[in-house]
Amino acid sequence: MSDTEMADIETVPVKRPIRWHIAVFLAPAFLVYTAVMILPLIETLRLSLFNMVEGQLAFVGLNNFRTLFSDPRLSADFWNALGNNVVFFIIHMAVQNPVGIAIAAMLSLPGLRFAAFYRSAIFVPTLLSFVIVGFIWKLILSPIWGIAPSLMDLVGLKWAFAPWLGKAETALIAVSLISVWQYVGIPMMLIYAALLNIPDEVLEAAECDGITGWSQFWKIKLPLILPSIGIVSVLTFVGNFNAFDLIYTVQGALAGPNGSTDILGTLLYRTFFGFQNQMGDRSMGATIAAVMFLIILAGVALYLFVIQRRMRRYQF
Amino acid sequence: MTRILKSILFATTVLAPAGLVATGASAQTANLTIESWRNDDLPIWQQKIIPAFEAKNPGIKVTFAPMAPTEYNSAVNAKLEAGTAGDLITCRPFDLSLAMFQKGQLASLNDLPGISNFSDVGKSAWSTDDGKTTFCVPMASVIHGFIYNKKAFADAGVQVPKTEDEFFAVLEKFKKDGKYIPLAMGTKDQWEAATMGYYNIGPNYWKGEDGRKALIAGKEKLTDADWVEPYKTLAKWKPYLGDGFEAQTYPDSQNLFTLGRAAIYPAGSWEIAPFKAQADFEMGAFPPPVKKAGDTCYISDHNDIGIGLNAKGKNLEAAKKFLSWVASPEFADLYANAAPGFFSLNSTPVKMTDTLAQEFVSWRQNCKPTIRPSAAIVGRGQPNLDLEMWRVSANVINGTQTPEQAAAETQKGLDSWYKPAK
Repeated sequence: MSDTEMADIETVPVKRPIRWHIAVFLAPAFLVYTAVMILPLIETLRLSLFNMVEGQLAFVGLNNFRTLFSDPRLSADFWNALGNNVVFFIIHMAVQNPVGIAIAAMLSLPGLRFAAFYRSAIFVPTLLSFVIVGFIWKLILSPIWGIAPSLMDLVGLKWAFAPWLGKAETALIAVSLISVWQYVGIPMMLIYAALLNIPDEVLEAAECDGITGWSQFWKIKLPLILPSIGIVSVLTFVGNFNAFDLIYTVQGALAGPNGSTDILGTLLYRTFFGFQNQMGDRSMGATIAAVMFLIILAGVALYLFVIQRRMRRYQF
Repeated sequence: MTRILKSILFATTVLAPAGLVATGASAQTANLTIESWRNDDLPIWQQKIIPAFEAKNPGIKVTFAPMAPTEYNSAVNAKLEAGTAGDLITCRPFDLSLAMFQKGQLASLNDLPGISNFSDVGKSAWSTDDGKTTFCVPMASVIHGFIYNKKAFADAGVQVPKTEDEFFAVLEKFKKDGKYIPLAMGTKDQWEAATMGYYNIGPNYWKGEDGRKALIAGKEKLTDADWVEPYKTLAKWKPYLGDGFEAQTYPDSQNLFTLGRAAIYPAGSWEIAPFKAQADFEMGAFPPPVKKAGDTCYISDHNDIGIGLNAKGKNLEAAKKFLSWVASPEFADLYANAAPGFFSLNSTPVKMTDTLAQEFVSWRQNCKPTIRPSAAIVGRGQPNLDLEMWRVSANVINGTQTPEQAAAETQKGLDSWYKPAK
């Protein structure tokens, strides 16, 4: 004991005062975050290991998970929701992020007029409540009162209109695109910021070497904004597998037609809280929530440990 | 929308000051809150029913707190479990409320003064299986049928259809004329397809109570011809629905009809009051057409709404007072006339002034009443039969499932948990 103390004193000759202010400044955020995020998360994970046995909440181990994956009805619902969720994510990755990057690239072109206006206009939907977005799009696409059929009629495209939100084949794509429309501002802003960060010297040097226009974008800018694209992808992944609100406002909790827009969030809602005549089942709901958490955790871990480490960074 | 907006405006401008005066006047008020899913009825409760009760019972203040119908059960269950629910709980019929009673959330009302004003049939939806304990005061039943636009029928020169062939002939006529959408119904919200479709026309096929009881006893299956045929008829509705009916919601259908753009609306009698308030044309009603002229007709006369006592409520005495008033003939008269289309279950006959409501209730004389098949006993398990029927009925009308597939799917779901008593 005394030896180590002696050693400490020798290696750290001047004892620094304990920096209490760090703890004090961290405390509010830490306490609030613990109370509203960490504790509920732990409680949810705990509840997924319990179920009602003869009217009493009892520890059942992994039985809930076994039921979720083996019960023919529940597992069919779950795989359907997971499949739809993957499609939902793919559409965001294939449409939202490329479009966001393209808009950001155009906005960052020197000499573009009204750039500030475009930037705000494209970002505004992101700030709107999902209730408003869901409601306007439901109205726009309504075959009865909607503006979409008449607008398409004006340009002679009436034949191409269909009640997209009501057809099992198109509903999921339609809802995904509404979500893309709403959130395209986020990749745009992040990529735009990354593009502005590229020093002019680099671009000027490229121009001296004769790399301009498209090849400049592909060879110089894109590699430099790859880390931002990675962040955007992770945000999209987490957002999409947690999604619920837009589907709920546009398609209702049943996520029809015939479950074609049912994603994990809506399945969780119906299972946990119940719907119409179906009673809520807290334990199974918590189980689905736990599986969602694991899926998101796995996705983020894959990014952090596999993809991000291989990404090359440049310093100027 | 405007109706809700108006009632909110009314509530905030007219009722709020009145409430302030009332609370100022007496310090010892017992506040009762009614949990309900009938948000369409908010003005009726605030303007007619509650004032009538409060006038007679000074010292009790009642608040009607409705929420969205599809969220009602889960929300009220969560509130009951957390102990934050209102003193009075509006009861869904049969299995849902029974489950609440079995959990001890609803109190027994066997000794409530006035509960004897109801027949056993009236109480059946809110009694235990052995019929010994009643846990909600029956308020009303609803009848299914079709509401039609009299002006449209006169324009097209068609008569009210009595048989199925006549029904489809009328639809065909409207479709050819092109002036009106023949049938105002959509499948987006799914429940319309089952509630206004399958449950509406079905009793004529499965012979009302006979079929329903045979299903519970396990003597009939949902895959039997009597239960598949209504799906086949529903599938034939498809060409007569409006453009894009797949994305047409319930409020869309209501508006299409009340704006006079559709000729026939597959309805429940609860539509009468809102339709009367919005439509500026004459409306009539007819029961689900029978297959051949002269067949016995069956109608869905469904015990739909009751009101029970939160066993853990704070103002049990005041709440009981309110409930026994709900059980009185006075309330029956008030409610049946304030909310035409909700037909009283009270043994004392109620004189209704609304002609459309009278038309609906007149079918009881010739047709045999039954309740919705998924409501009692077979509606207890997982998957929930009612929700399954919503989904497959919508699928059948959309044409994404054949009637046989739809029936097979619901029977499979039922088989997975329901073992009829031998």
